[in-house]
Amino acid sequence: MSGPTINDFTIRVATVNGTGSASANGLLMKTIFRMGIPVVGKNIFPSNIQGLPTWYEIRVTGAGHAGRDGDVHFVIAMNPETYAQDLAEIAPGGVLMYDSSWPRPELMSRSDVTVIPIPLSAMCNEAFEVARSRILMKNMAYVGAAAALLDLDVAVIETLVKEMFAAKPKLIPLNMQAVALGFDYAKANFTCPLNFRTSAMNKTEGKVMIDGNTAAGLGFMYGGATFGAWYPITPSTSLMDAFQQYCDKYRIDPDTGFHNYCIIQAEDELAAAGLVIGAAWNGARAFTPTSGPGISLMSEFIGFAYYGEVPMVVCDIQRVGPSTGMPTRTQQCDIQLCAYASHGDTRHLILFPAHPGECFEFAAKALDLAERFQTPVFFLSDIDIGMNDWMVDELTWDPSYTPDRGKVLSREELETSASTFYRYLDVDGDGVPYRTLPGTSEKGAYFLRGSGHTKLGRYTERGPEYKDVVDRLYEKWRRAATAMPAPVVIKASRPARYGIVAVGSSDAAVKEAQQRLEAGGIPADYMRVRGFPFGEEVDAFIEAHDVVFVVEQNRDAQLLGLLVNETSADKKKLVPVNHYSGEPLSYRFVLEAVEDAVKVRKIA
Amino acid sequence: MTSFVKPKIRRQNEPLNELGLARSDYDGAMSTLCAGCGHDSVTAALARAFFELSVVPRDVVKVSGIGCSSKTPTYFLKDAHGANTVHGRMPSFATGAVAANGGLTYVGVSGDGDSLSIGLGQLAHAIRRNVNMLYVLDNNGVYGLTKGQFSAAADIGSTAKKGAANALPPIDPALLALSIGATFVARSFSGDRAQLVPLIKAGLKHRGFALIDVISPCVTFNDHKGSTKSYAHTYKYYHKAIHADYVPPSAEIVTAYDEGELMPVELHDGGTIQLRKLDADYDPTNRVSAITHLMNSQATKEVLTGLLYIDESRLDMNEENNLGRVPLHSIPYTKLNPGAAALKDIQSEFR
Repeated sequence: MSGPTINDFTIRVATVNGTGSASANGLLMKTIFRMGIPVVGKNIFPSNIQGLPTWYEIRVTGAGHAGRDGDVHFVIAMNPETYAQDLAEIAPGGVLMYDSSWPRPELMSRSDVTVIPIPLSAMCNEAFEVARSRILMKNMAYVGAAAALLDLDVAVIETLVKEMFAAKPKLIPLNMQAVALGFDYAKANFTCPLNFRTSAMNKTEGKVMIDGNTAAGLGFMYGGATFGAWYPITPSTSLMDAFQQYCDKYRIDPDTGFHNYCIIQAEDELAAAGLVIGAAWNGARAFTPTSGPGISLMSEFIGFAYYGEVPMVVCDIQRVGPSTGMPTRTQQCDIQLCAYASHGDTRHLILFPAHPGECFEFAAKALDLAERFQTPVFFLSDIDIGMNDWMVDELTWDPSYTPDRGKVLSREELETSASTFYRYLDVDGDGVPYRTLPGTSEKGAYFLRGSGHTKLGRYTERGPEYKDVVDRLYEKWRRAATAMPAPVVIKASRPARYGIVAVGSSDAAVKEAQQRLEAGGIPADYMRVRGFPFGEEVDAFIEAHDVVFVVEQNRDAQLLGLLVNETSADKKKLVPVNHYSGEPLSYRFVLEAVEDAVKVRKIA
Repeated sequence: MTSFVKPKIRRQNEPLNELGLARSDYDGAMSTLCAGCGHDSVTAALARAFFELSVVPRDVVKVSGIGCSSKTPTYFLKDAHGANTVHGRMPSFATGAVAANGGLTYVGVSGDGDSLSIGLGQLAHAIRRNVNMLYVLDNNGVYGLTKGQFSAAADIGSTAKKGAANALPPIDPALLALSIGATFVARSFSGDRAQLVPLIKAGLKHRGFALIDVISPCVTFNDHKGSTKSYAHTYKYYHKAIHADYVPPSAEIVTAYDEGELMPVELHDGGTIQLRKLDADYDPTNRVSAITHLMNSQATKEVLTGLLYIDESRLDMNEENNLGRVPLHSIPYTKLNPGAAALKDIQSEFR
């Protein structure tokens, strides 16, 4: 039903990590992107520095799909340890190219797969002196061979190599020599190009290739975050790296040399949370990037911020749990953890970006929501969004944007006001009290505490006074639903009794599955939820459909559970579609799960 | 229980400081601690130090963790912002707050349970970062709020109220701090206001993290015979090594002492800390000497007090991070957002 044809196939490069293949794979993907053909890149890598298998998938998708295919058609097999698996996973009609310096006749065992042996190591060992460069050049040589077989534009490759080595121009001819080795060998020994291959288009204009963590780091800088604290953890580290990198460039005052930002590497996630809350209480726009294990550790402080009403933004770049789990594999397994993090009655705001474009946009949004509602806001991304390069519309910034700092009283307001300031008094009837920053005025002084307090901010152990405050907190949370980004609905072209609900990185695969389902006679409407608490639209969407498939990337149907708990939805309508192998979701998985479920229902 | 508002009684001819404020203007709510608790004396010493320094109340930030000592920030400076945070985690909260606005004066109050057990890690890292704050550790050797368990500060052999003896070696916060780069380490006693108030003033004026370990007996759970943190024991083994006085900028330095050796330490703000060495062979600007004296005092069971170590030369955290005087919340947004054109530039590498 899909590929392999011109501009519709998937390349998988199987290598050993620590061999420098990442830049060669990036080069392959960018070449296709620069040829104007939409691409999807997925890096499937181990929690290790050197020596374990790693795969890089590039889906060439002239149709412009944004998710993973699930099938693989062209494998560049560079890791003998995984040859057997790599061969087994190729779709019929596919091609396996491998380094035949050490021939492996057993790779010929599939009659439906064409094997292309290229002596990459042998050629590179002959051409290059230094041991390390032989290893690196082998990567460039497979790019060259792939270029011949897949009809990649060598001029584009050369331009990219020049850009890559702009700082070390001596390396440009060496790398191009390696590309030529692979290219010439493939041309001389095999029919080039293959029947499935690339063909230049103009569908990537106005697009960029960017990963979600970089986009989020950029978003926090544009959104005016001034404070970030973190403890290093895969896969969130690159978010703070990006923020740091952009702040180093754009946030050092040219006149004074002072930094208009502060980043502190904490001793653990408990401290990272405390740092952010302390800074935010004192007026900074503050955030911390982490992953599931970090949320577990931060939970006590998150409850403190919730009850004391301190803004904080927590980015959870989800990875596979429980416990250490599979730290470099992707899931959406912290949905319920983040919705209710901490002991006691706590509930939070969540943003679900689906791609790097939204990571950029929602970073600023998260800062605004945290300050508007004086509460923790979770930015729930995952490895797939955070660490893979996605093709998205070029990021733009609305110059009219000003940060929403929420209800903060100035010295003048405090000192001219006729009424006394009470920190937790709902003056406006909207559930959100006014706050003051330390140093503002004696009239605004108050005591922040995680212990029971009255609406006037005083310590209490009296039930009615305690309830006053926590009831308002619930009301404040509930009202935040209308401030969250609205769900995105894609309707089927004809009336549909089926609905699909998903969040975050499932979007690309679900969208494609929805198109293919309709083509196959199963029209379904699709709602992508982007915030929690859910708005009324979510209730209405479920209400309007007989059966609603809830697609998510965890075992326990956490999103479905949240829908049952937090909407008026009829539980019986909701059908779980759960993907939790740790690999990015593919449209095939969604398509097959929905088709199977529909079949079963028809029989029943 | 709710908090009690302290009645404000202004005496006639009450002394006023440079701001025209009386000592009672530095009070807070009524203490709810046990009568005779050492912590209340520490609170009074803090209020007096702020009064004597003529600190503007709104420019102070009080922070604490959880425990009896951590309740005390409500008992002084009612006109300052305060935060009673999470058990053992006040240092990280304070660090974030200090980074956000270096222009205020930060005082943390903690206890030996809060600082040396659950919060040992956070205390250590705040010291390493040289966060510009005063950290007062009310040290009584027990958990009061949970009724008398030993803390990590209890000495070997010190007995609990019901007789059990502590077998685990104590963590000495002063020694620990010295070993990880602390720039201001002092020890005092809640019963010695004459020593404690000047130490607090010196600590507040120090550039960087100032730790004052204050022996502050728990009258309810650790003031019996056999306890090494009782009033009686502390008085008996009390040893003053270095006295410190803060002398503000422009004030004339009067050498009123005739005993010991005088040693001025210049501060960042132009003021001076006048050290009076009561132990002639003790150099409080020498880390190794300070550590040696502390270790010797452990052997002799003496409670070595005074300004044990000071180093004014190290940058504090905000200086280290190149933060200017403008609080992070007051940096104009135009300086934070590089604009749409820069966004285009940035994305050239993503094409």
